[in-house]
Amino acid sequence: MTGQGHASAVVPVGEPMLPRIFRVVKRVRETADTFTFNLVPADGGQELAFQPGQFNMLTAFGAGEVPISISGDPARPETLVHTIRAVGSVTKVLCRAAKGDQIGVRGPYGTPWPVEQAKEQDVVIITGGLGLAPLRPAIYHVLGHRADYGNFELIYGARTPADIIFWRELERWRGRFDTRVHLTVDSAASDWRTNVGVVTHLIPRARFDPENTTALVCGPGVMMRFTVQELRNRGLPLERIFVSLERNMKCGLGLCGHCQLGPVFVCKDGPVFPYSRVRDWFEKREI
Amino acid sequence: MQSIAAVLAEHPFMKGLTPRQLEVVAACGEKVHFKPGQFLCRDEEEVLRFYLVYQGRVAVEIFSHRRGAVTIRTLVEGEELGWLWFDKPYHWHLDARAVELTRTVALDVNCLRQACEADHDLGYEILKRYGHSLAVRFRILKLQLVDMYGG
Repeated sequence: MTGQGHASAVVPVGEPMLPRIFRVVKRVRETADTFTFNLVPADGGQELAFQPGQFNMLTAFGAGEVPISISGDPARPETLVHTIRAVGSVTKVLCRAAKGDQIGVRGPYGTPWPVEQAKEQDVVIITGGLGLAPLRPAIYHVLGHRADYGNFELIYGARTPADIIFWRELERWRGRFDTRVHLTVDSAASDWRTNVGVVTHLIPRARFDPENTTALVCGPGVMMRFTVQELRNRGLPLERIFVSLERNMKCGLGLCGHCQLGPVFVCKDGPVFPYSRVRDWFEKREI
Repeated sequence: MQSIAAVLAEHPFMKGLTPRQLEVVAACGEKVHFKPGQFLCRDEEEVLRFYLVYQGRVAVEIFSHRRGAVTIRTLVEGEELGWLWFDKPYHWHLDARAVELTRTVALDVNCLRQACEADHDLGYEILKRYGHSLAVRFRILKLQLVDMYGG
């Protein structure tokens, strides 16, 4: 792995299409349809080291295989953590997995968030919906090396309070003196005491120096597009705005071409890209 | 204690007005504070004030019999409430409630309208800001309508 957000990932050697068997040791319900799973190797073998932003191909045996971002702490690779929303036939089966069940794992794949490059800079993380999951490892990393970074701002939006994931951690991060957490939902009942409005509306309130800031963005495509616009309005160059893209991945190795986006394979060249590299292809209607 | 003109001079909606214009606008205003839970305005009431929030948080709500009060937006320091004050029939169509202690400059809209009519330079400045505010509001509204996180 290169450690650079804009380089291609190195493909693992050995039997790249053969999943390792992991066992579910914990299952946490985040929202009505989203669950976090802690996994350990079923054979007790080597832990799966990874970098923030990488993903695994997860197999629900008898149902299929899907790419899922790793949502755990890269400093604690002994437990592999994935957060999954039940939206398709495979993820619905995965989300039904209980403690003791087995899941196939291939990976980790893909390019990481540029947390090393961002050292000594302000870091702004802007995310919406389930997009917080692929960014949580980067948040762990920044908080674990807090002295290496300048201002740290986390802006998170969800549709309603019931759709917010990682509640306890958001509260914990919000309580830190060295981190500013901005939380918003699109609509809420009247007992909701923080922001209501779209996530992009909070960007002008974030404290960062555009000359010396790295932004990490992950969420639905339309959210990321408008977020990039707002960050540009704040003076952030596109080279320092990083996005994580989602495409239909199959092999995860850059071989099959399913996830091709213009000149790049999202699985191998991404999923994390500087926006400047993918801007011509981002949300392009024809592809 | 800061004068109303000084508070207005720092508020994004009024920033950039000349000292003379700020004095004219300030003459239409008073500082009004709201405790948590107090309403700044209620649905169907006549619009008598245009609020510039300089501290606190306000929930803008629409009441539905099925869902109760639904918060559709929150306002914080530097934002304004009362975008119907320029347009007949000058009635609120929402509720706005302080979520925490909220400090505002409340401008008498009749006074402000008259000031804008009497001084078209001032009127144009206010309308430019009003137009910008509406454009931002519509941009946000469009994103909310898209339901970004849906499906």
